[in-house]
Order: sequence, then structure tokens, then C-alpha cells
Amino acid sequence: MPCESLTLIYHRPSGITHVVAPPVPALLEALDQPMTARDLAARLGFDDAEAVALLNERLAELVEAGLVRRA
Amino acid sequence: MTQAWQLAIGPVGFRLGSAWGRPMTQLRQLYDGYPSPSFADYTARIEPARPWRRWLRPSLAITGDYMIPEALPMALGHGLLALEMAMNLQMALGHRRHLLIHAATVERDGRALVMTGASGSGKSTLAAMLGERGWRLMGDEFALLDLDTGSIHPFPRAVSLKNQSIAVMERVAPADRFGPLLLNTPKGSIRHLRPRADAIVGMRAPATPALLLFPRFGAPTDVRPVGAAEVFVRLTQASTNYVALGEPGFDALSRFALTVPAKAIDYPDTEAAIERVERLWAELS
Repeated sequence: MPCESLTLIYHRPSGITHVVAPPVPALLEALDQPMTARDLAARLGFDDAEAVALLNERLAELVEAGLVRRA
Repeated sequence: MTQAWQLAIGPVGFRLGSAWGRPMTQLRQLYDGYPSPSFADYTARIEPARPWRRWLRPSLAITGDYMIPEALPMALGHGLLALEMAMNLQMALGHRRHLLIHAATVERDGRALVMTGASGSGKSTLAAMLGERGWRLMGDEFALLDLDTGSIHPFPRAVSLKNQSIAVMERVAPADRFGPLLLNTPKGSIRHLRPRADAIVGMRAPATPALLLFPRFGAPTDVRPVGAAEVFVRLTQASTNYVALGEPGFDALSRFALTVPAKAIDYPDTEAAIERVERLWAELS
């Protein structure tokens, strides 16, 4: 749920509430099905190595938070 | 249990018990005029901390449907406070019908002003004073947020006045609405104040939240807007059952945060706070 510049998320599987900032909502929206990090980067239009590295960092944080599951 | 009584406060019914007569007598006097519930949701009792503590250097423990193991015993002289704490405990640990927000609430024209903050922020005193000046006191401890409608239900317990607030309210409310002065409690001196009759008569009438304030006593007057995201986070921390309610609690609280305007107000004294509250309220309409 958008809330000012942030987004409130209720994660049903865990019952945990998350308050996230951009670009997390866009990442989660793009992750509408299982995909590789490379596919996600392509979907978001990231093509340089630095952007992909940053994306991987964000994905690792989301895995840590329980919002993304590593296959 | 030698003393038992049932008491309705807003939409909640309590079955109260005490091993001693005096605290229950004080409670019945304090809640004179309150109705009996059609159903008791929670049992709250005070009992001897150990069997011999009923007579020998009496000390009491808070029990009931929900209890905290290993809680420190309290002095029998603070029995009334213990019964009040026992009711709070049942609500904080057991209540699931509403989202509980640790807040004081007053109502005018069907709209609720909700004030939340840490203990010592002055919200109880402010609510009590507004309750003497044309507002309906809905409660000084818990705001009961309806999970479906988003309205606030009253929970008009006796107001718990602490330390300097006691004298402030003794100047404006009649003596027969006060409970006994309790000295040397963990929070200093405490005296309870029964709300005005209109608060008791209207205890089943909910109100639509119109303004949220974060008051802070003891600083020069200042008013700052508080954004919805900050409101949401602070209210999750001010709620005792947000986690237990799961998604319905999230939905209710996020709707509250996104729709109710919020301000933080600092104030040096109660009069300054009331003047500022009235001005903010007038600006809403």
C-alpha cells in the first residue's frame, strides 16, 4: 500500500509488516513470477554491470527480509 | 474470592474479583453509575501473592484470564491500582475485537480526537481536562479501533492522574468523582478520576477519527505535521495487539494512518495545550 514516498507491505506467509522505500516496490512488482536475477535486470532495463551488482545487493536484502525467496 | 463485581466499560465486560474487601469497595465507588455487562469478556482478579500474604504483611498479585508470571507483588494499599492494572492486562494480552492503540480519546460532534504518546506525555491530563470542557471523554488508556468501520469505540475507564496532574484536575472536577490518593506507587502518586456522566451514558457510541495528536508536555509550544508513514510506524509501536491481529490489523491501521491528519504538539502547560488543540480542531472544518 503506497504511503507517502514509502510502501507498506503486509507479508501474509510470515505475518510481518514491512515499510519499504524505492526501488523495492518496483522490484517486487517486476518479480511477478520466478526468474533469474539476470532476467529481472533485463526486465528493469539494467544493462551495465554496476546496476546489476546493485540489483543483486537489493535482492540479497529482500531475501534476508523474507520478501524474496532464492530458488 | 470474597469480593466479586461485574462492570461494563464501552463494548467490553469485566468480571472482577478481590480477596480483600477494601479495594473492591473503592473500585465500586470509583465506577459508580457504570452499567453491568450482558456478558463478561474477561476476568481480572487480585489475590494474595502467597497464601499467608492475605493476612501477614498483605501483598497482592494480579491474576485473571491472562497474567504475567513472576510479576512483582504489590502492596495491598495499592489494591485499587492493581485492579485497574488487572483490567488493562486482560485488554492488552487478550483483546482481539479491536485494534488497541495506547491513546487517550475525546469526541465532539461525532468526531474523535486521538492523542497518543509515551507515559508522561500528558495525554491523560489533556483528555481529562478536555472532558471537563465540552468534549466527551472516550478513554485515557486505549483507543479501540474498529477493524471493519475504522471508527473508534469508547473505553471510558477512570482517568489515571499522576503526580502534578492530580492537583490540576482537583481544581476543576468535583471531589466525589475522585478515587483515593495512592502514594508511592511505581509511577509516583496516582489518583483516579471518574469521567463525567455524559462519557458514561455515551460509552457505546463510537466516533469517526478526525485528528491524531502526539502531545509532549514540558516544551515550548510547537506544532509539526506528522506524515502518514511515521504515523503508521509509531502506531504499530503504540498498539498492544497489532501483531496478533494480522492482516485485519494492518488494513485498519494503514487506513487510519492514510486518512487521519496528524500533528505533533509540544506544550509547556495544560492551558497552552488546550488552546492549541481547539485551534487545530477549528482548522479541520
